[in-house]
Amino acid sequence: MSVFILRRLMQSLVLLCVMTVIVFAGIYAIGNPIDILISADASQEEYDRAVRALGLDLPLWEQYFVFLGNLAQGDLGKSFVFNEPALQLVLSRLPATLELAFAAMLISITVGIPLGMWAGLRPDGIAGRSIMAGSILGFSLPNFWQGLMLIMIFAVFLQWLPAGGRGPTASFLGMESTLFSAEGWSHLILPALNLALFKTSLVIRLTRAGVRETLLLDYVKFARAKGLSTGRVIFVHVFKNILIPLVTVIGLELGSVIAFAVVTETIFAWPGIGKLIIDSIFVLDRPVIVAYLIVIVLMFIVINLVVDILYSVLDPRVRLADMKS
Amino acid sequence: MSTSHSEPVASVEVAPSARKAIAPWRRLLSAFLESKLAVVGLVGLVLILLVAIFAPWLSPQDPFDLTQIDIMDSKLPPGSESYTGMVYWLGTDGQGRDMLSGIFYGLRISLTVGILSGFFALIIGTSVGLSAAYFGGRIETLIMRIVDLQLSFPAILVALILLAILGRGVDKVILALVIVQWAYYARTSRSAALVERRKEYIEAARSLALSTPRIIFRHLLPNCLPPVIVIGTVQVANAIALEATLSFLGIGLPVTEPSLGLLISNGFNYLLSGRYWISFFPGLALLLTIVAINLVGDQLRDILNPRLQR
Amino acid sequence: MSNAVLKVENLQTHFFTKAGVVKSVDDVSFEIGRGKIMGLVGESGSGKSVSGFSIMGLVDPPGRIVGGRILFHGQDLVGLPEAEMRKIRGRRIAMIFQDPMMTLNPVLRIDTQMIETIQAHEKVDHETARQRSRDALGQVGIPSPEERLSAYPHQFSGGMRQRVAIAIALLHKPELIIADEPTTALDVTIQAQILYEMQKLVAEQNMGLIWVTHDLSVVAGLADELCVMYAGRIVERGPVGQIVDDPIHPYTKGLIGSVPSRNPRGQPLTQIPGMAPTPIDLPPGCPFRPRCARADAACETTPPVEEHRPGRFARCFHPHLEDAA
Repeated sequence: MSVFILRRLMQSLVLLCVMTVIVFAGIYAIGNPIDILISADASQEEYDRAVRALGLDLPLWEQYFVFLGNLAQGDLGKSFVFNEPALQLVLSRLPATLELAFAAMLISITVGIPLGMWAGLRPDGIAGRSIMAGSILGFSLPNFWQGLMLIMIFAVFLQWLPAGGRGPTASFLGMESTLFSAEGWSHLILPALNLALFKTSLVIRLTRAGVRETLLLDYVKFARAKGLSTGRVIFVHVFKNILIPLVTVIGLELGSVIAFAVVTETIFAWPGIGKLIIDSIFVLDRPVIVAYLIVIVLMFIVINLVVDILYSVLDPRVRLADMKS
Repeated sequence: MSTSHSEPVASVEVAPSARKAIAPWRRLLSAFLESKLAVVGLVGLVLILLVAIFAPWLSPQDPFDLTQIDIMDSKLPPGSESYTGMVYWLGTDGQGRDMLSGIFYGLRISLTVGILSGFFALIIGTSVGLSAAYFGGRIETLIMRIVDLQLSFPAILVALILLAILGRGVDKVILALVIVQWAYYARTSRSAALVERRKEYIEAARSLALSTPRIIFRHLLPNCLPPVIVIGTVQVANAIALEATLSFLGIGLPVTEPSLGLLISNGFNYLLSGRYWISFFPGLALLLTIVAINLVGDQLRDILNPRLQR
Repeated sequence: MSNAVLKVENLQTHFFTKAGVVKSVDDVSFEIGRGKIMGLVGESGSGKSVSGFSIMGLVDPPGRIVGGRILFHGQDLVGLPEAEMRKIRGRRIAMIFQDPMMTLNPVLRIDTQMIETIQAHEKVDHETARQRSRDALGQVGIPSPEERLSAYPHQFSGGMRQRVAIAIALLHKPELIIADEPTTALDVTIQAQILYEMQKLVAEQNMGLIWVTHDLSVVAGLADELCVMYAGRIVERGPVGQIVDDPIHPYTKGLIGSVPSRNPRGQPLTQIPGMAPTPIDLPPGCPFRPRCARADAACETTPPVEEHRPGRFARCFHPHLEDAA
């Protein structure tokens, strides 16, 4: 088991190195930040000073190693716009995004799994068909438009919930989150719902497909032939088997939820990293873009690692194969 | 048990004698028409395509022609009438342009970008995927590593970064969408080709000393097409949605090419004051387009993939 | 045979598919006594497995029992409420499936799958149930049962898994076991072992055993009584030895003629021409008619079950009676 984790860690490290090169090369290709920072009528001397101050006069490979060295120290330069360390800036916005992402995942799991199981157990019933039709709609709804419609209905017409922004945070067990204040919730519901709808459809479909496939398998019939109650057959024999692909996919989707938060955060003016990256792309705030990418890549790597480990814990077949190798 | 009741279902679909008489595509067509929902989707898709193609003739107004637009008519609700007597069925936007015409033209732009990018991605991705499967070895490993790496990141993130690097413009959006999508085609065509490669007809083609491109494109490709087509429909829908999203975020198409995403984005500013129609109707058009494609794609997957049955 | 454990009378199980009605089991009658083994032989699709599932009450939609009675100790199981049926399933009638790789749930440990079977029918504590499970494993010849209890199914070989499945079926000392091709997926040597074990267990525990198989040679040496199924009907029924030596129905004759070991060397095996029909919307009459050399106009009406010799039943207008002793 530990060998397996160690091997995965090594792979992750290699991946991280590859990503830094890609990120660096990609960002270097983004237009010259000097043009944006310095007014057009600045003198040549001012221009040169700015270039030197940002280290843009060094050869490319040297810039990369400076970049790597700084990265190792957690220093990704200062934001051109906010004039504060880029990494800190991104990290300070991260809790808001994570809060949103977890709330969305929670919604999609608690709503998606029961609906998917229902649709899988009764695929031809009216409820089962409606659930599936709903999930097709959920897949097709353009996320940003759906967000606008949520605002239109709940904030403009009904005026039940605020149209955007993040509510005040409260502290609970040392954690700061808007989840712990009532007003925070009212701000969170719409964006979380918006982010969750697509994933809910995905979870519904996965669960339904898993249930339907599993129900046809001999061991389910054997379990019934043993005289087990329907509840036990469904919640132990079927559920435990569909849990394996579900955990894998849900885990991996967490990363995509964080990435998709870009759209939701923009619409609902949610002060997370997604809104930050869009704003930074507009003004070519290079250090912030780099810091965002590094943070995102790291999160993806960690998520993948955790999912792999979870998978091996859940599936005895994988566990054994890994212990042997 | 499961065998005894699934056997007859599978074998009765078409009698063996009839199977020979009907051309394969006719059989597919009749299988496709079995689902009412898919037919609705197909009809809708054809209508949408027609609207997009004939937008200049169908639109009540040319939204690019400034002489036809009156700023005094801006932000009118649906059903309003201009002083010339023209009815704005879906209202007007902030500049006084007719929303219906805007949507017709927007569909044209959105569909063009989506289909073009899907087409290029299909060609590139499928060629790469087939080659990877055919040659195997290190080339395959390298290609699949790249594919896996890219697919482990969500499309929107990759597109976001690409556009940050590339800048704005129709060509750049299409390029970004191709780069985002090619990996899906590569993965799908490779896994299909891996199965096909082991079959005897490839062996036979090789022993006839046919050229490699000929084997890949004349023999391997046609047999790998069904899953690629299925992915293709889904990907076009995804590309349209992604373009709309990027344009909405302001990093996609330039304002001179008002796709549906840009129309919705324009309406966002008026939404909070209750002028819903500027965002609502373009979004509805987008939604209908994507639903239609997905319905068709779902049915295609069901009939082209015999393993899955409803 | 008044001490019949199970008496099936005119059982009809039909599947209502989109393509038409499949009469998987059509007017099937037989009975089985304590300590007896009955072979149910037929090609795949002949309805032998569906007969087994009908008895267990495990026919899934679109299938349904549309007629007949299944008398278990005189109690009709057809139309019995699910809760009542569940009490019988696994406790008084048990079932063993064809593919041991598929009958055990891959993500649950062996002890879980055994203990749940016991606790589904009896109020016993976990420890007692575990001990009984261990004893049951030992009984079917699994070495070091205590250790094997906490293993997962994939850690067993195919033969061992089938022994586990048999052990599970035996947990409640059922009065009847339905074995659906339990040795088909196993090696020949393992097959022989399992056959031997089953025979021994039937004798020891004085239970009835219905052995469903497509392989006539397997049941020939095992069973007391034989039912030969064709296209949803039992075409011939009687004591095994008599049927094998002297088949009455043309289909049975063809079937026996195609078994290699029963024919002299050097002579070609006889074949039954044509293919088994798919039992969808079958026309009335003898379904074997298109493949039968003896068929004539009379066969276009369904032949009744007749006792052509004492204890020898067949559905045929032109039985092979001429070479009778």
